Amino acid sequence: MRKALILFAVALALTGCSGSWGWYVVNPTTPNGYNNVRFLLSGLQYTILLSATAISISIVAGLLVALPGLSNNRALRWASRVYVELVRAVPILVLVLWVYYGLPQITGLTIGVFWAGVIALALSDSAFQAEIFRAGIQSIARGQYEAAYSISLNYRDTMRYVILPQAIRRILPAIGNQIVYMLKMSSLVSVIGMQELTRKANELVVTEYRPLEIYTFLVLEYLVLILIVSAGVRWLERRMRTDER
Amino acid sequence: MKDDEPIILFDSVFKSFGDFQVLKGISLAIAPGERVVICGPSGSGKSTLIRCINGLETYDRGRIRVAGLALGTDEASRRAVRGKAGMVFQQFNLFPHLTVLENLMLGPMRARGMNRAAAEEIARRYLARVRIPEQADKYPRQLSGGQQQRVAIARSLCMEPGIMLFDEPTSALDPEMINEVLDVMAELAGTGMTMLCVTHEMGFARRVADRIMFMDHGEIVETAPPERFFSAPESQRCRDFLQKILNH
Repeated sequence: MRKALILFAVALALTGCSGSWGWYVVNPTTPNGYNNVRFLLSGLQYTILLSATAISISIVAGLLVALPGLSNNRALRWASRVYVELVRAVPILVLVLWVYYGLPQITGLTIGVFWAGVIALALSDSAFQAEIFRAGIQSIARGQYEAAYSISLNYRDTMRYVILPQAIRRILPAIGNQIVYMLKMSSLVSVIGMQELTRKANELVVTEYRPLEIYTFLVLEYLVLILIVSAGVRWLERRMRTDER
Repeated sequence: MKDDEPIILFDSVFKSFGDFQVLKGISLAIAPGERVVICGPSGSGKSTLIRCINGLETYDRGRIRVAGLALGTDEASRRAVRGKAGMVFQQFNLFPHLTVLENLMLGPMRARGMNRAAAEEIARRYLARVRIPEQADKYPRQLSGGQQQRVAIARSLCMEPGIMLFDEPTSALDPEMINEVLDVMAELAGTGMTMLCVTHEMGFARRVADRIMFMDHGEIVETAPPERFFSAPESQRCRDFLQKILNH
């Protein structure tokens, strides 16, 4: 990781020597550069809030879609399957546009860009979360259910206290992947005018005419965010790894 | 439940897995406090039979009553019966993400509605009974196989069932650990617990069982008290089986 960063810095420095860079636009020691950096960073809270809300909803929704998918009832299994296949087939960008411009025509309610973004991202991700949960739950041995049933636990308690705690430990890396993915996909919500990181960068490029530096800054913003998330997920994995064989 | 009613009753119970008939009209009656060992070649249906008793398997035809309750194929009656009959598995099936104590407390707290303090008291009591009170805060994988199986027995006992079912409880154990588990089971047999045990440990059967049932091809071929079972088996199939497992 550290090596990659150094390599990246060296590459930047080298290209910087060619004279085509104008880092002054994001140089915080100058008044203009300082304002620009503040402007770019002001999108951070929206990116974080949007992704965090969407991912929270999609994890819960994913579980709620996965459970009927594992039931003995064929209709429930089928409903879960259809949901996953349909939602998974829609590109996120298309879903963003559809929710923001299309959905109000059906419901008659206008949704703000934030909630339109949340709904689109959560909906799209829930299908993937459902598949992750399904795989995780299916990986738990049958004997665990039998042991839980044999001490008279009902289905709900069996899931809650026996199956899901084990399944979640196993799928944590996959969920971490999805969180990273959602963070990146939140940039798509810029197309409907959400004032997140990418939108801010786009707006600044229009006034400053320095796309190379500003988008590079944007890349670094996402990089830092995602490195923090990755570290968080790894910390969680370590903390939860108490016990399995 | 009337006093003279069997605690476990099978009345021509049939079950198939697809085309394969596992139970071909099993009828049996077990009295409260009776200790029965079931043996027979693999695939004879003995595991399926014992798993029917607490509703882990459903059956196709016939009638089963356990502890005065009719056991149907519906979820409600299966759960009711599970409260009366504990089960110990070949593979222990402890919950790996919970400590030993938490493994034992889960049933009392979630199925019997006890509070934490009461559940812990009962858990520690039965952990002492299987002679590993000092392992309470360990995780299952930190224990030996024999210790894990004893925890599994204690976990079932915490539900205070009238019946204990054992499905090949020592088959997954290293030889030197078999006796510690059998000793706990023999001690349990001395407490008046109704016990049904699928096992090939014939020494244990001789020592503890009131009756031994021999199953083959989905039928109970022979039932007899240990002395007669070992000295004068009636059927040829039983004689062949005994010869195979005793001559080595």
